[in-house]
Amino acid sequence: MSTTLAPPKASPVAHEDVLAPPRLRNLRHAVVLAKRNLIKTWRTPEQLIDVTIQPVIFLLLFVYVFGGAISGGSRHDYLQFLLPGLLGQGIALGSIALGQNMNSDIEKGVFDRFRSLPIARSAPLVGAVFADFFRYLILCLIYIGFGYVIGFRIETSALAALAAVGLSIAFALCFCWISIWVGMKARTPGSVQGVMFLLVLPLSFGSNTFVATSTMPGWLQAFVKVNPISHLVGAVRGLTVGAPIASDVVWTVGWMAALLAIFVPLALRAYRRRA
Amino acid sequence: MTYAIEAQGLTKRFGNTQALAGIDLAAHQGTVLGVLGPNGAGKTTAVRVLATLLRADSGTARVAGYDVARSPQQVRQNIGLTGQYASVDEDLTGVQNLVMIGQLLDLRAGAARRRAHELLEWFDLSDAADRVAKTYSGGMRRRLDLAASLVGRPSVIFLDEPTTGLDPAKREDMWDVVRRLVDDGSTVLLTTQYLEEADALADEITVIDHGRVIAHDTPDGLKRVLGGQRLSVRPSDAAHLDVLATLLGEIAGRRPEREGRDTLTVAVDGDDVLAATVSRLHSAGIRVTELSLHLPSLDEVFFTLTGTRTAADTDTEEEAVA
Repeated sequence: MSTTLAPPKASPVAHEDVLAPPRLRNLRHAVVLAKRNLIKTWRTPEQLIDVTIQPVIFLLLFVYVFGGAISGGSRHDYLQFLLPGLLGQGIALGSIALGQNMNSDIEKGVFDRFRSLPIARSAPLVGAVFADFFRYLILCLIYIGFGYVIGFRIETSALAALAAVGLSIAFALCFCWISIWVGMKARTPGSVQGVMFLLVLPLSFGSNTFVATSTMPGWLQAFVKVNPISHLVGAVRGLTVGAPIASDVVWTVGWMAALLAIFVPLALRAYRRRA
Repeated sequence: MTYAIEAQGLTKRFGNTQALAGIDLAAHQGTVLGVLGPNGAGKTTAVRVLATLLRADSGTARVAGYDVARSPQQVRQNIGLTGQYASVDEDLTGVQNLVMIGQLLDLRAGAARRRAHELLEWFDLSDAADRVAKTYSGGMRRRLDLAASLVGRPSVIFLDEPTTGLDPAKREDMWDVVRRLVDDGSTVLLTTQYLEEADALADEITVIDHGRVIAHDTPDGLKRVLGGQRLSVRPSDAAHLDVLATLLGEIAGRRPEREGRDTLTVAVDGDDVLAATVSRLHSAGIRVTELSLHLPSLDEVFFTLTGTRTAADTDTEEEAVA
């Protein structure tokens, strides 16, 4: 190392440093940290498999392998019914990666640096959720885009379809706090995945995703009717292929509020306690 | 003189492990406090408490004039932390890492970039500025990590084992950096398992073991209090060892110890023993290849204090709370 260079001044704040205005400080920090997550995703694009290739495989699998047997007739009709369901499932599955990434991040010591900075405790978590927005956007585009290739058609309007995408992403950004909480509690990224699968599989299959609720036994119907994924799928179905949506939208928004109210504080507390 | 770091009676328990059992630490502004101890002594836990990453179970601590429990954000405004494990983001480039920290410290994007490049240049990392940190060598990563902790121009800097795993030349580079930070007015708390490092850098040393302070003094003070001086003699001809042992025993009034294969060492009092030894050796016709009067090494000091060998000898246990 050269010894001729002048050392940087150690005074706490130097006048040549231009400080950003204090307004919306927490939001700005979260955006800076979201950018970090996006750079990491950009460097390792295989992290996007679950929102790119996996949806394509699910569509092909459920339309062409199971579709004939489940629908008993028109594959096209089943695709119209299935795609909003798969989107709901994709959102639940897509949340798992966030908890896994945060779990491995914390082990690497980067979070110690964040904790030693004068920023809000929640900033790294909120930043990661912001960055996840783009994953869910990709997921929606892939489902609708590839769906179109194999024959899916929006029967409502472009505006309604946009509302469906908006609602899906908004729900995803609430649901993913479960994954963050599990990510803070679990010991390894692998166990985050294990725990989240235990939650996501019953939620996504025990719903109106793949078959109509009326074909299920009564006790299962009771579960399906309160399942948040069912209501999200119901709302997306209504907004894309046409059906009454009011009740499902209200349920979905209610669930979003509940998820935030329960899991944001839990996740923040777990993060604070994780030494 | 004001204290930049001041801690009293810090305790912290993890399950069955008492990581800190009542630690007092104090560092004057503009000095280096060396916190010395073997793996698992509680060094890292103490740093995490002082850097507001962890709350102590009891005790108080003030850093840069602020209470770590009551005003953690003010403490964070004034500190830089370099962890035991380099805590830069491996997937980001050098410059991206530093710009991110600058922006989190509320610098505008342009100012953050300027500060990043200034630090990269100072740490001789300009050529690697746009490389992903994953590709950095161990020494480069430590430098980037230290640069990251200096973005906010902290007045108090915590260096948790900053040279562990570095080769000797890189270690000396890091020491130079620490010295320059202190010349600039910063206060540095440095934890280390290397006695040589504490000796080279610290104005005062606090020795801790099993979560307790077992000694606190200047490096020389520690050595004087615990050891006195030692005389080492190595004869050219190993056959003279027995005669030499008798002779040294007479000079020092103590039985000399065999150190290594053919060196004898004995604790002595007073400085005039050297002249006496030289003349006695001459008249006895014993030629020597080595003859020295020195303070005991910190290694010996540590052994005296704790009764256990230092990490340099054992180095197996992991730090209890990393």
